[in-house]
Amino acid sequence: MSNKETPTLKLSGLEPLIVTPLTNFVNVGERTNVTGSRKFARLILEEKYDEALSVARNQVEGGAQILDVNMDEGMLDGKEAMVRFLNLVAAEPDIARIPIMIDSSKWEIIEAGLKCIQGKGVVNSISLKEGEENFIAQARKVKRYGAAVIVMAFDEEGQADSYERRIEICERSYRVLVDKVNFPKEDIIFDPNIFPVATGIEEHNDNAMDFFRATRWIRENLPGAHVSGGVSNVSFSFRGNNPVREAMHSAFLYHAIKEGMDMGIVNPTMLEVYDDIPKDLLERVEDVLLNRRPDATERLLEFAETVKGDGKKKVKDDSWRKEPVARRLEHALVKGIVDYIDEDTEEARQQHERPLHVIEGPLMDGMNVVGDLFGSGKMFLPQVVKSARVMKKAVAYLLPYLEAEKAANEDTSSAAKILLATVKGDVHDIGKNIVGVVLACNNFDIVDMGVMVPTDKILDKAIEENADVIGLSGLITPSLDEMVAVAKEMERRKMTTPLLIGGATTSRIHTAVKIDPVYSGSVVHVLDASKSVPVAGELISKETYDGIYERTKEEYARLRHDHANRKQVKNYIPYRDALANKQKIDWTDKPMVKPAALGNQVFKDYDIAEIRKYIDWTPFFNTWMLKGKYPAIFENEVVGEEARKLFDDAQVVLDDIIAKDLLYANAVIGLYPANAVDDSIDIYANDDRTEVIKTFNFLRQQGKKGSGLPNLSLADFVAPKESGKQDYLGGFAVTAGVGIEPLVEAYEKDHDDYNAIMIKAVADRLAEAFAELMHEKIRTELWGYAAAESLDNEALIKEKYQGIRPAPGYPACPDHTEKPVLFDLLEVEKNTGISLTESNAMYPAASVSGFYFMHPEAKYFGLGKIEKDQVKDYAGRKGMSLEEAEKWLAPNLTYDA
Amino acid sequence: MAYDIQEILKDRILVLDGAMGTMIQRHKLEEVDFRGDRFKEHDSPLKGNNDLLSITRPDIIREIHALYYEAGADIAETNTFSGTTIAQADYGLESAVYDINYESARIAREVADEFTAREPHKPRFVAGSMGPTNRTASLSPDVNDPGFRAVTFDELVTAYKEQAGALLDGGADVLLVETVFDTLNAKAAVFAIEEIFEERGKTWPVMVSGTITDASGRTLSGQTTEAFLVSLSHVPLLSIGLNCALGAEQLRPYLDTLARKAPFNVSAHPNAGLPNEFGEYDQTPEEMAELIDGFLSDNYLNIVGGCCGTTPDHIKLIAEAANRHKPRPIEIPELANSI
Repeated sequence: MSNKETPTLKLSGLEPLIVTPLTNFVNVGERTNVTGSRKFARLILEEKYDEALSVARNQVEGGAQILDVNMDEGMLDGKEAMVRFLNLVAAEPDIARIPIMIDSSKWEIIEAGLKCIQGKGVVNSISLKEGEENFIAQARKVKRYGAAVIVMAFDEEGQADSYERRIEICERSYRVLVDKVNFPKEDIIFDPNIFPVATGIEEHNDNAMDFFRATRWIRENLPGAHVSGGVSNVSFSFRGNNPVREAMHSAFLYHAIKEGMDMGIVNPTMLEVYDDIPKDLLERVEDVLLNRRPDATERLLEFAETVKGDGKKKVKDDSWRKEPVARRLEHALVKGIVDYIDEDTEEARQQHERPLHVIEGPLMDGMNVVGDLFGSGKMFLPQVVKSARVMKKAVAYLLPYLEAEKAANEDTSSAAKILLATVKGDVHDIGKNIVGVVLACNNFDIVDMGVMVPTDKILDKAIEENADVIGLSGLITPSLDEMVAVAKEMERRKMTTPLLIGGATTSRIHTAVKIDPVYSGSVVHVLDASKSVPVAGELISKETYDGIYERTKEEYARLRHDHANRKQVKNYIPYRDALANKQKIDWTDKPMVKPAALGNQVFKDYDIAEIRKYIDWTPFFNTWMLKGKYPAIFENEVVGEEARKLFDDAQVVLDDIIAKDLLYANAVIGLYPANAVDDSIDIYANDDRTEVIKTFNFLRQQGKKGSGLPNLSLADFVAPKESGKQDYLGGFAVTAGVGIEPLVEAYEKDHDDYNAIMIKAVADRLAEAFAELMHEKIRTELWGYAAAESLDNEALIKEKYQGIRPAPGYPACPDHTEKPVLFDLLEVEKNTGISLTESNAMYPAASVSGFYFMHPEAKYFGLGKIEKDQVKDYAGRKGMSLEEAEKWLAPNLTYDA
Repeated sequence: MAYDIQEILKDRILVLDGAMGTMIQRHKLEEVDFRGDRFKEHDSPLKGNNDLLSITRPDIIREIHALYYEAGADIAETNTFSGTTIAQADYGLESAVYDINYESARIAREVADEFTAREPHKPRFVAGSMGPTNRTASLSPDVNDPGFRAVTFDELVTAYKEQAGALLDGGADVLLVETVFDTLNAKAAVFAIEEIFEERGKTWPVMVSGTITDASGRTLSGQTTEAFLVSLSHVPLLSIGLNCALGAEQLRPYLDTLARKAPFNVSAHPNAGLPNEFGEYDQTPEEMAELIDGFLSDNYLNIVGGCCGTTPDHIKLIAEAANRHKPRPIEIPELANSI
């Protein structure tokens, strides 16, 4: 009988999906998920949206009743990709007929997605992770957009991992949704976390049972609510053994559905029919799932060996040494083994007529295998970099023979040559080095000019080397202008060499609007290392050059046109009004906290073992193009294993740095009396506050805000002069990169790109960690405004503390020219050894500098775009010409300067 | 408002008015009428911008409302079908949008109040009409670029918010999001409306009416009637229904779906048949009223009226039919199919 209290869940695409109590199970298609499908991720990253759509179509044809779409990928503008893909899906009636599940860990992506779907979809997911207030705000929005919602069993304390925690969090979430948000009960779907079983860890033995019991409890106690989950997680420990995994999935589903799970993510090709599972296997699988006997895991593991598809053993296998030499070289390249490379290369050399043939033959064949595996998502960047190391070693071994031969005869038609450089004023090169390695793996000859290379040097070298392509890289915003300058100079010199643009601040739109129009040769923006290969390939081949030339010129012309015609969607308010709408802080509320000591304090050669404890590892994996959060990334089915290896390697490097004192970490901090005057902050010599020794100038958000929301400027967080309050401002500069050059050089000399990149990536992490450590010291000790604070590293990473440390060049204060002022005040170069380039990049690159604001309401924000009235005012305050201010602030202008 | 439309709907079927455009056409207006004094100097042609007449020829709009109320309509729709900044951009009149909506609502309010004072047993209501705009948020106007959108959700929310706010300021009792050909546009409209409610700390009844564009039985954006219903059920609507595009006869199967499944009142205001080869609607009041009578006998509707081609004569006979029948009872519809 139906129950008036609990209406049924109704969703819609072009057609309705009504989930009645008779609906056994709603199957969610999940191949359109960049975190779960390497193939889909690749298609999206390569912007092959047509093929990406066919992945979606296959899901629908394969019986998916809801389509899960996830664009959470570090190298991707997730919001843009979500909008673009959903808009394309909307144009395909055979896909759009089913409801969409918008899947992201980022609320802004979810909200962007909700604005694209006409039907009633599902948000995946929200939770109490960030607290009740946030949860309520998001639930209200979901309701207003007209979607159902998946709620993760996750709260402020973390993810639910026991039966009790699951029901506690689900009940609390439910009560908040129903009582405070008035969220329709039937639109609530819980995901009570499916975790692996048979992991060998005793605490995991009840993982499946806890899920089953929690599911039943939810269905019996939370009327209307549904239960969903990602099933493949449960069999995680049997990766590589599909017969066992398929049996586990289907047995798990069998029991979960009985307990009331009515929706879920299941890969239909990884599902055995429950009744077809051999009885002996089923018994052991269910022993494990239902935790029926203490030796269940061992028994299943034992049994698993007998049903293993191909019976691979994990023991160290040297049998490849018995293969012919070409196969051995391939194996060494794919696995990144350098141990035998010299002897194998020698053997190959003896078998070939010329040393070049070894490179063009077995070595390139091996690298092609690596390239294919990388391209199809079966190998990951750290592995490829190791392969490159093997390749370089082999080539180095052959070099004397090649030279000798070259001396004997002239004929050398070599591979296409690509010249890479980080532009003048910029010191960042990890990304560029990765591109170099990946291109080298694909048979390009790389001339890497390093960092801070002036235009003339780049172009002279390109002509001298007869480079086929020039690649420019940069990370900080002033580099964008440098790239334009290089392109202009190429035009002036009447060059025709194709130009590749890459790096964190570069973008397709900037390339189209600023760089492409000043150079009549080919200009192509490449999103990442893997994208650089096909682009470079097309640019160097006579057959394809015209195609890519015309295609990109046309594309960029269209982007320019759209950019020019783009209606200002966002409204801006006059700077005067923005200033009036500042963040109102009641300065009489609390007494100001005076730092223990004013002025600068220097910390030389700080203990790196101590700094190490503060490392946030997640960005480290991003550097290596491995997507995921630390430490959960180790559990990731696709990249987990590689992430673990990479992490272990990083630990070795760190141990080495500490044991052998390879790097030095220096810091300077300064705390000064300060008061705000409009958008500037005056720094006083002492607490008399009569002598202004420095002034920091900040910028204010100018976008029109909703009622009650302020237009923020960092200056708002320091007490204004007229308040009469004695406030303070801090500054800092830290580095962990002193002494890195000889290390990198040594690795590069040894053709070891892997470790050269590794040491830089580790130094970057150490610098960030050092900044975090110093910030803690400031809060609890040096400034001492939060003396009682006690936070673990995870809480630090989540910035759960009072006060902020924004850095010039980042969203809240994007102008890099405040750095010289800060450096002057703190005497940074003298105190730490960090210097500034002409673009105000810090050298060594593994450095961080910024400000300390202590006020509890101080928070990070993005400046967004600003109008000319503010730029004029700012230029006036800084004593700069308008043109110069516009040059530094180019990415933040609402107008084209 | 002294009268509760939700309560009245429990007792009787309410009648919406008929076509505005058809009635305006009868006056054979010229460019100068549309311009009036205020837009004399406006630099683009304004003829055909019917919404503008609320400012420049309020006498005509007032008279049309009076004719429909006289014929028996309970609810008049404001003359604001194209009263968004998005639709008015075609005329370069974005800046007149607030006044168009405010004046249109104010005129209708005045006429309604006159009739209510005269016949207190039959209070008259004003529905602020919110048309679909001329852009679609979930379809590309460019066949070669299916991912392109000429308007975004946020732009629609901004435009609808301005319109709805002005309609309520001018005295509308109800907001009517109508002729929905793209459900995403309608979701933006109700999103905007809910934002206004939140800001003003008060709610007004909301009606939504979609359009089935052809015999496939789907909206222009491809949804079936039931999917359309599901997509807009997150808002506690006064009514959901269908209007325009088709005549009453062709609407029958889709009204049947709504009548069976909608947890709200159901409305219909069809065209006077399908247009003939000259683009005119020639279904007579008698023919149309007979079809409507059939719907009412089958308990399909709570609110009924006319769209393109209908006149006070049509509304008079439809009102008589409405008087003869009981309104459709609202049940929680899934009871039937979820045993």
